[in-house]
Amino acid sequence: MHTTGKKMKGSEIFFECLRREHVDYIFGYPGGALLKVYETLHDVKDIKHILVRHEQGAAHMAEGYARATGKPGVVLVTSGPGATNTVTGISNAHMDSSPLVVFTGQVPSSLIGNDAFQEADIVGITRPITKHNFLIKDIKELAITIRKAFFLATQGRPGPVLVDLPKDVMNSECVFHWPENIEIRGFKPTVKGHENQIKKAAKMIAKAKRPLLYVGGGVIASGASDALRKLAIEQNIPVTMTLQGLGAFPGNHPLSMGMLGMHGTFWANQAVNQCDLLISVGARFDDRVTGKIDTFATHAYKIHNDIDPTNIDKNIKVNLPVVGDSRHFLEEVVRELPEKSEDRQPWLDDIEKWRKECPLVFSVDETSLKTELVIDEASKQTGGDAVVVTDVGQHQMWTAQYFKFINPRSIITSGGLGTMGYGLPAALGAAFGIHDKPVILFCGDGGFMMNIQELVTAVYYKLPVKIFLINNSFLGMVRQWQELFHEEKYTFTDLEKSNPDFVRVAEAFGVKALKATNPAEAKTAIAEALAYNDGPILVDFKVVKKDMVFPMVPAGASISEMLLERLNPKTMV
Amino acid sequence: MKHIISVLVENKFGTLNRVAAMFSARGFNLESISIGETEDNEISRMTIITRGDDHIISQILKQLNRLVDTLKVVDLTHKPHVSRELLLITLNLGKQTQQQIFSLIDVFKGKVVDIKQKSITIEVVGSPDKIDTTIDMFRPLGIKEIARSGTVAMNRGEA
Repeated sequence: MHTTGKKMKGSEIFFECLRREHVDYIFGYPGGALLKVYETLHDVKDIKHILVRHEQGAAHMAEGYARATGKPGVVLVTSGPGATNTVTGISNAHMDSSPLVVFTGQVPSSLIGNDAFQEADIVGITRPITKHNFLIKDIKELAITIRKAFFLATQGRPGPVLVDLPKDVMNSECVFHWPENIEIRGFKPTVKGHENQIKKAAKMIAKAKRPLLYVGGGVIASGASDALRKLAIEQNIPVTMTLQGLGAFPGNHPLSMGMLGMHGTFWANQAVNQCDLLISVGARFDDRVTGKIDTFATHAYKIHNDIDPTNIDKNIKVNLPVVGDSRHFLEEVVRELPEKSEDRQPWLDDIEKWRKECPLVFSVDETSLKTELVIDEASKQTGGDAVVVTDVGQHQMWTAQYFKFINPRSIITSGGLGTMGYGLPAALGAAFGIHDKPVILFCGDGGFMMNIQELVTAVYYKLPVKIFLINNSFLGMVRQWQELFHEEKYTFTDLEKSNPDFVRVAEAFGVKALKATNPAEAKTAIAEALAYNDGPILVDFKVVKKDMVFPMVPAGASISEMLLERLNPKTMV
Repeated sequence: MKHIISVLVENKFGTLNRVAAMFSARGFNLESISIGETEDNEISRMTIITRGDDHIISQILKQLNRLVDTLKVVDLTHKPHVSRELLLITLNLGKQTQQQIFSLIDVFKGKVVDIKQKSITIEVVGSPDKIDTTIDMFRPLGIKEIARSGTVAMNRGEA
């Protein structure tokens, strides 16, 4: 369609811009300030609008879609409460570097600042939690601003961008012009790492006896998994991943060490402490990874590649920073490396020893059910080839430990912000983008209630999401800390008396629902859920109430001081 | 230690807020901030006075650079630069202090900008250190009100 040079309404320009940005889905909810936009949407057929039931759901859904597909997620909500309801979702995307473009309706320009009905200063509110945001004051700025918003959200370190659309702007008219090429003079991310730094990194890698790759979400965002695989396998370097980095390297490969940090594997944390070279790629030395800073990887020369310069030396002082895209970094390092490097077998033998010393294991008892078993079983039944979404808490950490992720973009989880209620909408978003493999949600009973309204969305759009409800009738992770560090005072974490019957709730929404209370039932239910593709299915896994996630590094402790098991076994139920 | 940072930013609404909010969100010290248009009316210059060790200052510079509306960030502290601040100070005017006030105005090359029966307002321009000293010297003479502009600074031109 030839639209350049045509006089168009703001609302028409809006959809024309989305079309040109190749937007397939908008996750939204209508309202007063957006009436004109929704009027125009009535006749838009090539962009699908997904109606959510709460704007927070829209933001998480868009993020789930973005993380599963690598494309930016698009949100459309009305002014005031519609906009403020997206704040948690925006903040989540900001912490986890997910590309999101959030469009908020706004009261007419002439009323801004007058405390008008459904007015909120959403640009002011979201300034610290967006990569950038805009208020459009003139329709002539509309197209270029939308172009900039998508550019900013997806280039460099991805993140959320918000565009506030006053009602009068969407109602007025102007000649449409699409700026194919744009330049934002204050935004020029360094994509190519410094050549000499990369050469030096390759030299350090070649001569390291005990090197360790510590990789994060940046590897996935930049599409660097193949390059990572090449580097690790050719050079025989073990790989440990952050929560967001899982799947960057296949979890079933002998060089994979799983996750590191607070609930990471014993052998990964041991390796961090013993390595002579730590190669950090697209990770940010988060406190959940490092534990006590002063004792983190003290023997190691540290290389840090990240596209965001603010991540360098923020938490951990490194020896060799390489600012730039992770894929470029890894590909260049591989190119620079000699074919023959140091013999790493003794190092890999050490790691194998630690792996055997403290393996990830859980006990199985035929009459009760453990979360670890549910996750392990789902991993086995899918062969790891699934998109797994989690909520936040114990089940999230067990997912990281026991699900063997083999592909990038196969774990979608709220890492930075730790948003309970993220899981269900994010899983739906992923299901809109991914059709060739199952989308599995692991969600606790606490977090499930926080956005349960989105079950309607799942049913209405017949999304074949496998909702595996990990139901221990407790806020499990908080309970774990209460047991370990707060004198077993389980203040307001026991939900037993207040939780609904989730099977009946699901059925009332029109979701097929099953229940499992022991390992045999769990295995059958997982198989049934994986085979069911006629819409969403929920399995209420009644798991033991007081299970704990181990190993665990207590907050602020050194990662060498891992708790490997419960100190007082009698509290186990 | 104290650092003086010059930042060129897009002359748009909200830019000052973005910078100030970044400082407060990350717990950085913000001693003074001043902003005004440059020779190009699309660009403003901000002068920021802050304190911190090397690690903090380096984070401040990087975080400033990360903001989309910032165009150039320079730490002037260890570079040749000129910095000036404007002080407006109102003093009680009395028979005993009058003489001293006028001699201090002379010493600090101040200018009388307003004078009434019982009060006098003086303008002093200088480096932030000079402004501090000026205030210290005037303090015993009965200060009624003070307004400081915050520091503005530029690097020195090439020879």
